[in-house]
Amino acid sequence: MVAVRIIPCLDVRDGRVVKGVRFRNHREMGDIVELAARYRDEGADELVFYDITASPQRRSVEVTWVEKVAEAIDIPFCVAGGIRDVDTARAVLHAGADKVSVNSPALERPELISELADAFGSQCVVVGIDSIRDGSALRVRQYTGDPDNMVDPRRDTEHWVEEVQRLGAGEIVLNCMDADGVRTGYDLEQLGHIRRLSRVPLIASGGAGREQHFLDVFEQADVDGALAATVFHSGQIAIPALKRWLGERGVVTRQEKKKQ
Amino acid sequence: MTIAVINSGGANLGSVVHALNRLGAESVLTRDAVQIRAAERVILPGVGAAAWAMNALREAGLVEVIRSLNQPVLGICLGLQLLFERSEEGDAECLGLIPGTVQKLAVQPGQRLPHMGWNQLNWTVPDDPLARGLTGDEWFYFVHSYAAPTDAAVATSEHGDRFAAIVRRGNFAACQFHPEKSAAAGGRILGNFLEREIA
Repeated sequence: MVAVRIIPCLDVRDGRVVKGVRFRNHREMGDIVELAARYRDEGADELVFYDITASPQRRSVEVTWVEKVAEAIDIPFCVAGGIRDVDTARAVLHAGADKVSVNSPALERPELISELADAFGSQCVVVGIDSIRDGSALRVRQYTGDPDNMVDPRRDTEHWVEEVQRLGAGEIVLNCMDADGVRTGYDLEQLGHIRRLSRVPLIASGGAGREQHFLDVFEQADVDGALAATVFHSGQIAIPALKRWLGERGVVTRQEKKKQ
Repeated sequence: MTIAVINSGGANLGSVVHALNRLGAESVLTRDAVQIRAAERVILPGVGAAAWAMNALREAGLVEVIRSLNQPVLGICLGLQLLFERSEEGDAECLGLIPGTVQKLAVQPGQRLPHMGWNQLNWTVPDDPLARGLTGDEWFYFVHSYAAPTDAAVATSEHGDRFAAIVRRGNFAACQFHPEKSAAAGGRILGNFLEREIA
């Protein structure tokens, strides 16, 4: 049986890891390779690196740090941020990333998803979706890395979830913006709803504050993985303890053996 | 020891080289038939579609080279699927070193495809050299939608269907999961493959 995945997300700006609360007031967190190695040792099941400045500035992700991470760690990782064509994706994947994640550029040009799936296979293609509640509707937001340039692409989250799968997405990361940064738990209702529309793995993002939130999102929204940043970066939740705690409550987690 | 990692043109080939480096083993990423034939170990990695990868091997003139190798060979992910006769993915004729056809995983309603994430093995041949030092409850990282039948399997795993997680036929062995991305347990598999006495 597949284990659920605990996924620390490292926001990268100018080659350093930063942490964000509601995507504002960033503060520097540290060296990428150092943090990646720390999470690998703690039993993170996967890592996501978001180059949060790349998309709004229309830059693509630097590949030198991708290569350094790939040399250092032996767990899968995904790179996101400003990947807007097959050549950039190829550079990132050849540098050692296992997957690329596209968000704003896929909204600009949805064919990008099928181009990437054709070139590398769906298993390499993650689509990140920033979703916000708008009355009873769920709406997609674009360029959320820069609050001053955020765009409403006029799409319902449900329709976009269907479309990205049709185009060849192999995994979806749903970032529920209303919950993001406030640490009061994942948006279980929204994630459960989107889960039922997803044939591919679905990763929850936004809102983790306590261990209970992880249990809730796996039990109630049936997601395949849970992504979080602040609670891990701050040391408030330690991954080995979290995975043990979830395991004791019947959630299937990968438990790393102590080194002999 | 000389290790040739066949450059099959797919994404993320560097990860295998990095993993070997972490084990202190030097390897070369190559399409050169002479270099591949001369290596003491050959690794056939692969990410992508079977038809596309077979075309790349054909264009590089490597199909017969790989079929005729006598040294220990380790296929990884798509590299496992290519060892079989055919793949349903793009209706591709593969290397034909192991009988059988690679098919899409038949998942239950509600189960996800691709099979992406950490899963466990059931060792059907527990004394296989690749199993050395493992207790059997380790986790390995899988990413695939197609899978091989279990007839030649020394270890199986399950996602919808039971499928071949590790196969062996003579000097050819292969893993459906990514040992290079499977933390310490994956490192052990790669280390076992490099052991002198495996041949």
